[in-house]
Amino acid sequence: MTMRVDNHPVLGKQTDRKQVTIYFNGKPYEAYEGDTVASAMLAQGIYALRQHEVSGKERGIYCNIGHCYECRVKLEKRKVVRACITPIYNGMEIGSLTGFDERGE
Amino acid sequence: MKLWNLLIIGAGPAGLNAAIAAAEEGLKVKVIDEFTKVGGRLLGQLHQESKDNWWNGIEVANRLHEQAVHLGVKIECGVSVYDLEQAEFGWKAYTSQGMEKTDKLLLATGATEVPTPIPGWTIPGVMSIGAAQVMGNVHRVKPGNTCVIIGANVLSIAIANELKLCGVNVKEIIIPQANANLSDNGTPEKVMESFMRLTHMAPTILLRQAGKFATFIHPSFAVKFYPKNGIKLFDIPIKIKTAATEILGESKVTGVKTVNVRPNGEIIPNTEKITKADFVCIAGGLAPLSELAALSGCVFKYVRELGGHVPIHSERMETNVENLFVAGNITGVENAKIAMAQGTVAGLTIASEINGNKLQMESLIEKAVAAVRKERDEALIQFQPNIAEARDLIYQEFELEDRNMERPKRSIS
Repeated sequence: MTMRVDNHPVLGKQTDRKQVTIYFNGKPYEAYEGDTVASAMLAQGIYALRQHEVSGKERGIYCNIGHCYECRVKLEKRKVVRACITPIYNGMEIGSLTGFDERGE
Repeated sequence: MKLWNLLIIGAGPAGLNAAIAAAEEGLKVKVIDEFTKVGGRLLGQLHQESKDNWWNGIEVANRLHEQAVHLGVKIECGVSVYDLEQAEFGWKAYTSQGMEKTDKLLLATGATEVPTPIPGWTIPGVMSIGAAQVMGNVHRVKPGNTCVIIGANVLSIAIANELKLCGVNVKEIIIPQANANLSDNGTPEKVMESFMRLTHMAPTILLRQAGKFATFIHPSFAVKFYPKNGIKLFDIPIKIKTAATEILGESKVTGVKTVNVRPNGEIIPNTEKITKADFVCIAGGLAPLSELAALSGCVFKYVRELGGHVPIHSERMETNVENLFVAGNITGVENAKIAMAQGTVAGLTIASEINGNKLQMESLIEKAVAAVRKERDEALIQFQPNIAEARDLIYQEFELEDRNMERPKRSIS
C-alpha cells in the first residue's frame, strides 16, 4: 500500500514525477525525483534508518529538516549524511550506520 | 571569490523578503539554506484563514522565490553553514560548499522544535509534529495511517488538521506526562491557560471561545469542566486531561500508554490505557534557532514570550555585532507574515548602510517597521502573550548594550 499523498484536497494532484531506483542496505527501492532519502524510505514503509552506536536499537527520522541528526546514514559507503535533507538520485546507495567502527570515514 | 553585499542564511519568509528588499535597492545578494527546497517553514504551512481563503505556504514560498530570482538574487539550497568569522570587509561564512565573503550578514535561521523526551521517544515512527507536517505537505508522503499527537498547542492542532487532509487518522491529541522538565506542557491547567490566552481572532471556534472565557473565568475553573474525553476540533479529540506515560514498540511504534491526570498533572490511579498508532508526533513548541548568532558573539537574553534565548537586536534588525543582522523567528517565535515584514526591515536597513543613504531611506524604513507592528497586532495566533511588550524590552536592551559595549576586536585575515 502506498503512503504517497498523490491527491490532496487542497494542494491538488501530484504532477508526474520521474521514477528512479535507490538502494538501501543493498536492496532496491522505488523513489521519485524530488524525494529526500527520508521521504523515499518512509514512502516504502521503512522507518528504521540506522542502529544506535552503543545500544544497537533502531532509530529513524525525528525533526525531518536537518536539525537533530537522528537520521544520519551512509552515502555511497564513504560519507555520512542526514537522510532528511539529502536529495535522492538514480542508483544512489544508502546504508545504515551500525556502530562506531562503521562510520565510513 | 565574489564579495557579496549581503549574505543571508535561511531561505524562509524572513530571508527571502530581506533578499527582495535589499536587491530592489541594488545590492548583490546571496541566500543559502540547508534544506533541499526554498521556503523554510512556509513550505509546510496550510491552514484556512477565512471561509474561502487558505494560507498555502508553498504558493507563498514560490512567489517570493520567483521575485527574488527575478531581482538577481542568487539562491543556493543544500548548503550548511558551520562557522562565521569577522573580517576587515565584513564577514566570512564557512559552508559545506566552501567559503563565502560578504559585507553584511543576515541570520534568518528561523526556529527549531523543542523536543519532549518521554520514554520510547527514540523508537522509529516517533517524530516531531513539524517532521510529520513536512513529510505530508512538502514530500507528499504520509508518515503512517494512524497517529497520536503528544502536546496540545495551537501548532499541534493546526498540523493535526493538515495530517487529516493527507488522509491520516489522527486518533487524539494528548499531553505529555508532567515532570520536572515539562511543568507547563504536562499540566492540564497550564495547557488550558495557554488556550485561553489566544485572542478573539484565533482560527477556530473552540479557541475563540476559550479566549472569550478568559475574560471572566479562571483557567483552573475552566479545566475542571473540560471533559475527560476531550473536545473535538476538526473532528479530532483534544484531551488535555490525558497524559502519555510511554511510547510503545521495538523497531517501530505500536502505540502510546496513557493515564488520566488531575488539573495539576497528578496521575489518577487505575486509568492506564493503550492507544494503538503507527506513528506518534511530539509537539513541544518552537524556539529561536540561534547557534550562529551565539557563534558570532551576539549578546543574548532569555525571553519566555519570544520562545527562548534571542540575540539582542534593534527594531531595525541590527545586532550589537558589527555588520550582523537578524530577522524572523531567530528574534522570537511568531507567524510567517511577521517574519516576512521583519525581513523587509532588515533588507532596507542593510541597503541604507551599504548605499550610505540612511537619510533618504528613513521614511521607507519607518514604514517597514510600522508594518511589522501592524502584522503583530493583526496576528490570528499569538504563540505567547505579551509579545509586543517583550519585544520593546529587547529593543531597549539593545540601546543600553550599544552604549556600554566595547566593540569586539576583528580578526584580520
